[in-house]
Amino acid sequence: MEAFFTNIDKVIDGFSWTVRLALFSALFSFILGVILTAMRVSPIGLLRGVSTVYVETVRNSPLTLVLLFCGLGLNSALGLSLADSVAWDVFWWAVIGLSAYTACFVSETLRSGINTIPVGQAEAARSLGLTFTQILRLIIIPQALRTVIGPLGSVLIALIKNTTVASVAGLGVQEASRQMKLMFDQGIAPVLPTFVGFAIGFLVLTLPVGYFFSWLSKRMAVVR
Amino acid sequence: MSAQQVLFDIPGPKARIRHAVYTVLTLVGFFVVLAIIYLGFNRSLGEGAPPLFSAEAWAVNPNGQWAAVRWQPFIDPATWTDYVIPGLLNTLTAALWAAVLALVFGLVFGIARLSDHAWIRIPAGAVVEFFRGIPLLMLIFFAMALPLAVNQVRPLLGLPPLQPGTFQVSALAAVVIGLTLYNGSVLAEVFRAGINAVPKGQSEAAYSLGMNKVQVMWWILIPQAVRSMMPAIVAQLVILLKDTALGYIIAFPELLRSFSLIGTRYGNVIPAALICAVIYIAINISLSRLAIWLEKRNARSSKGGTKGTALPTTAASGTFGAPGSTT
Repeated sequence: MEAFFTNIDKVIDGFSWTVRLALFSALFSFILGVILTAMRVSPIGLLRGVSTVYVETVRNSPLTLVLLFCGLGLNSALGLSLADSVAWDVFWWAVIGLSAYTACFVSETLRSGINTIPVGQAEAARSLGLTFTQILRLIIIPQALRTVIGPLGSVLIALIKNTTVASVAGLGVQEASRQMKLMFDQGIAPVLPTFVGFAIGFLVLTLPVGYFFSWLSKRMAVVR
Repeated sequence: MSAQQVLFDIPGPKARIRHAVYTVLTLVGFFVVLAIIYLGFNRSLGEGAPPLFSAEAWAVNPNGQWAAVRWQPFIDPATWTDYVIPGLLNTLTAALWAAVLALVFGLVFGIARLSDHAWIRIPAGAVVEFFRGIPLLMLIFFAMALPLAVNQVRPLLGLPPLQPGTFQVSALAAVVIGLTLYNGSVLAEVFRAGINAVPKGQSEAAYSLGMNKVQVMWWILIPQAVRSMMPAIVAQLVILLKDTALGYIIAFPELLRSFSLIGTRYGNVIPAALICAVIYIAINISLSRLAIWLEKRNARSSKGGTKGTALPTTAASGTFGAPGSTT
């Protein structure tokens, strides 16, 4: 483990990118996921169609392809730049790719949450004269969110693990798994302790998230 | 709340007009996005590009991604036989190997986690939780570095280092190892949940017929668990197939790598990405449809199953007789 700890600054740098990727992507994918869900249940057929096609398309593409498209297609081929330094430029493209991909899973999860809400809730809201946006905002989404806290936690854990794909060529964010690969390739640290160290790093990130969300889902459960 | 119509009233004349306006706005937004994508990859945006509302900007740019030359390679059969089909075969090979091995791994560890012996149950649980909790890509990187790791460990055990070339991990093997460990751990949890979900009366009845633990597991619990968990298993196999694309990162020549090679060779990154996405989506959606179909079939037959419980004696003598007689 000694060689692992002499390179601890690289490890910490790697995980700092991982955490930043996960935080920003979680935020954006949640917002986009809620919008996609609202579109999916809206009275306007075209919005429903656009949302369905988007979710089915992106959900069924490999994340590697989505991120490659952001890196090689939008960033390199189109020459779109989001930040001055290369490190932050590729970082923001990775965030966009991860958010676009994860939003589909957030949306599917939320939609399953909406399906669990008793019909009477929406009927009562309508009979009170609430509009569609009011029904969603005040009645449906708050209850749906509470029922899907657990599954949303699983989506977040998957997102944290998926940040490793941002090391793909064309993006090459210096996140933890890429740092690990570099340490393997340069032979500066023995493989086995390095792997165990990075694995523990990821477990430290994912396990508390899992416990927190299962605690939260029990606490926020709607009693019916 | 399955019917979406519950969320809004049937539109009256005013609402219909409003919805029409929103539809038009959506259409406009949709076409603006399409136009930006078209113009962007047509190299008609940004500095040095012709003005937006000129015919030049909208005509297909021979240097852009939409030029016929860029799509030409996909009409050429050689592109398909040299790149796409070998890539697809590699993807399917990796997925098939990993699927079979992950199912075995999942079954073994799923059952081991249900063992009565703590010395089996706890290590199995630790293995499953470990591989489920860390990213798949790290497992693949580690599998690639295994020969290096072995050579670093051997001197510590007083063994001479391996001869170069005697132990190598190919890219295919690394992908299969990674996919097996990760998806196997997820499937272990699926199997465990499925076995736990079989009604307790089933195993009690089997024990009272004199079956031992292995027989109860093999003849009573696993068949029912696998049947009820079939949709979840197929869904996980879809994820497995999709994750073979991670092989791209370690230069495993799978489908995505083939299309990336096409993209660099002919300078047609965007057409290649689009066709690649269509192939992946077609495979995954057809597998997902299979999962949905299995789920529906399951739901239908389990309704029949509750009717069947009215006559348990005939069912019992029919199905439980055979395993008893073989042992």
